[in-house]
Amino acid sequence: MSKIKCQCGHENPFGTVLCEKCGRPLTDEAKKSEMVDMRYEGSARRSQTYKKSVIDKVWNFFSSVKIGVSIIIAVLATSAIGTIFPQKFYVPVSGNDPSEYLEYYERLYGTVGKLYYQLGFYDMYNSWWFKILIGMLGTSIIIASLDRVIPLYKSLTKQRTKRHPSFMKRQRIYGESKVSDSDESLKNAEKALKDLHYKVKVEDGAILAEKNRFGRWGPYVNHTGLIIFLLGVLMRGIPGFYVDETMWIREGETREIPGAPGYLLENVDFSVETYSKDKADEVFGEALDKNGAIVSEFKSDVKLYKEKEGSLPGSSDVEFMKEYPIVVNKPLKFDGYSIFQMDYKTGELKTMTFSLMNKKTEQSVGEFTIDLNDPANDYDLGNGTSIELMEYYADYDGIVDGQPSSKSPIPNNPAFIFNMKTPEHPDGEKSFVAIRQTLEVEPNDYEAKFLSAETRDASGLTIRKDKTLYILLLGGIVFMIGVIQGSYWQHRRIWIQKGSDSEMLIAAHTNKNWYTLKKDLDKVKEVATLPTYTDKQDKEAVIDTTEGETK
Amino acid sequence: MDYAALSANLLLVSFIAYLVGTFFFGGAVKVSKTEKTYKDSMWGKIGIVITIIGFVSQLGYFITRWIASGHAPVSNMFEFTTAFSMMLVGSFILIFFIYKTPSLGLFALPIAIVIIAYASMFPREITPLIPALKSYWLTVHVITAALGESILAISAVAGLIYLAKNVDLTKKSKERFWLEAVMFTVVLVLGFVVSSTAFSLSGYEADFTYVDKNGKPSEMTYNMPPLFGMSEYEQVTTDTMKPWFETPAIVNAKTLTTFVWSLFTGIILYILIRLIFRRPIAALLQPFANKANSQLMDEIGYRSVLIGFPVFTLGALIFAMIWAHEAWSRFWGWDPKEVWALITWLFYAAFLHLRLSQGWEGKKSAWLAVAGFVIIMFNLVAVNLIIAGLHSYA
Repeated sequence: MSKIKCQCGHENPFGTVLCEKCGRPLTDEAKKSEMVDMRYEGSARRSQTYKKSVIDKVWNFFSSVKIGVSIIIAVLATSAIGTIFPQKFYVPVSGNDPSEYLEYYERLYGTVGKLYYQLGFYDMYNSWWFKILIGMLGTSIIIASLDRVIPLYKSLTKQRTKRHPSFMKRQRIYGESKVSDSDESLKNAEKALKDLHYKVKVEDGAILAEKNRFGRWGPYVNHTGLIIFLLGVLMRGIPGFYVDETMWIREGETREIPGAPGYLLENVDFSVETYSKDKADEVFGEALDKNGAIVSEFKSDVKLYKEKEGSLPGSSDVEFMKEYPIVVNKPLKFDGYSIFQMDYKTGELKTMTFSLMNKKTEQSVGEFTIDLNDPANDYDLGNGTSIELMEYYADYDGIVDGQPSSKSPIPNNPAFIFNMKTPEHPDGEKSFVAIRQTLEVEPNDYEAKFLSAETRDASGLTIRKDKTLYILLLGGIVFMIGVIQGSYWQHRRIWIQKGSDSEMLIAAHTNKNWYTLKKDLDKVKEVATLPTYTDKQDKEAVIDTTEGETK
Repeated sequence: MDYAALSANLLLVSFIAYLVGTFFFGGAVKVSKTEKTYKDSMWGKIGIVITIIGFVSQLGYFITRWIASGHAPVSNMFEFTTAFSMMLVGSFILIFFIYKTPSLGLFALPIAIVIIAYASMFPREITPLIPALKSYWLTVHVITAALGESILAISAVAGLIYLAKNVDLTKKSKERFWLEAVMFTVVLVLGFVVSSTAFSLSGYEADFTYVDKNGKPSEMTYNMPPLFGMSEYEQVTTDTMKPWFETPAIVNAKTLTTFVWSLFTGIILYILIRLIFRRPIAALLQPFANKANSQLMDEIGYRSVLIGFPVFTLGALIFAMIWAHEAWSRFWGWDPKEVWALITWLFYAAFLHLRLSQGWEGKKSAWLAVAGFVIIMFNLVAVNLIIAGLHSYA
């Protein structure tokens, strides 16, 4: 494409609206307007220039702020819909059975809930359309930034001190009038502007005072931060970068840590503490009276072990690493992993003790204790008496298809089938024993009677490793730098120059905060005789000044 | 010294100071003809002095309560909302010294007053921290987030003044309707305050047992006559009224009852106001907004979003993520409160883009600022009370 040659002699890239050097309007539209659009300095943006090929069209689509804002609104709306009912991961349904989820939403929220499930809103943030929206947002950020930042940079570095009057006249803040001694005015203005910490350039009877240009790069810096953040999120898909596992570990147990091969964890003790009236601060008295006990701490005292190098997986050849109390907000950290206190269960059954009774004499012939997590098959009570544990159901859930069934391996509701061998019945008598329930095929002489149970606590832990965290943090920091840079510093420019005869022209522009720019101008006017300016957008200012002065 | 009692008294002092301050700002606006003249009015000067006294007193409330409880007083609905109102006044004072405009005070202080009154309807006793909140991130995250929200709220105040001045109230229009709707919402909050206070003064209590959504038997105490009963409720207190309806298990009938009572009271209040003044509330406020400079209000609205947005990002997203990673093992979990913080952030991001490149200034920008405040309030009120999640500490 051909270059556009301005009257001042500068060759501008095709599509330029305002000459990069002198600011003359180059398009018919700009020539006709009373106020020029200064957003990107009237520079040639790719999206505004090339509109033919498919690539152009894709580029133009994503570089449009209108499209960008539409994508933001779409993300916003879908996110909001996702909060109407609880999301999949907060729903207390175990396993991945879709029908159970459907049943949950329908039971609690009726037809609307069913629809919510069927439309996939119950897992909104993992849905393909949500991911596509985020992808589009990322694309839009990259393309829209590139489309603007490069030409903006070019025109800001090429700008000339002396601008053409047609450029000055089309600024939002503009003034012109005859001044008695224009050189004196320029000199005073230069000094005043320097005192206000402007960078002042003087050239051929013209002043360009500029301040905080770096604020203009803020948006592009913060967009870079956002892209780094989104890349960080994408990288979690790389194997080894991200681990998210949970484990239940009972007191006294030592288990391999899921997701962290080679490491073992022992749960020494788990405890829950509550604020009590006699121990807690006096000021909490009223709250404790009202709410009852308030939990103050969940704590798992654990020991961390590592398998020795060269030992077989699962071997007991381990090395003690450290002891640590895990509480909420204070995870155990090692080798890039963190273990968090997330959940707990108290009073899980550990052992059950039974006594073998002779029904007629009501005499005990011996006692036996079953470890519910690792039950033995036989319990010898001496004197030719023994118990054979034929079947064990840790979490008995009733009879299914004529067979007793267990819904989980956790001993929530243990049930047993015993074969009780006594001298009278060497082949044994069979009995089904569950909590508060004994079933016999035919009347037995003996029964296993429940005596006592021992319980223990279990701690629910989450294991995380996230190598992307530093990338995310970097993205966050870059974003913050950019957003502060762009929001707290405004790029201000003031042009003062001599026109024909003894005329003087003054114009000013800022990307935001016009109020302070005008205050700066007023300060300069106090020491230098300059034309009165008007703000073309403040239509009430005239009335304000006149009325203010009459009072 | 009893810090807890001192703290409560200091809050009361600040509440009264804001009331008095409002009148002085009203005087400042009333006696002067325009923005330019009232900048230096004596009324305005007294107004800002009283506001600062109120602010210092509220800061005293905050500090003494912190000393009394041993943790930053931002751990429940009452504490957070009060802190939010304090920062709103603080942000106003800051903006006042940049722009010297009493109009802003005349609208910002009443909003702070309503927010304090609203906060006081929640349990005010000092509560010990639950394990999840025991972290210095509580202080850092919540205070920064509240500060960001309060600066953003100033833009809504400026927007409201802009709209009250520039919306033509003589003709029927969508704008007129929505402006009045905003005013009505404020009256509804007052309705909540009035009804809650009335029933609490009368000491009303009604106990129920019910079955919760997980099928477990639970108990519930109403402090207002129960219009709606919880799912499968049974009355424990027998001399109280019988609920009109029984609600499904997912509905919190107590919250619904409170809402309906507030609505009743709010509507009655609104009708009374209309009967007494024979004009819409927006029209009552217009004379006070008329003297504000529209361009300046637009500028303040934009500026406070520019100042508030980075603070909000830092507090409500970045610090939030860091803490969430420490406490809940993940930096982001799509918890409703998190999502609504993201929604707020996206909304203001859209606001900035629309303003920067689509030239949405003046009325459009003012409406967006008001809408942003509605989102912030939705996150504070509705998400805490209706959409239960990890953040429901109230």
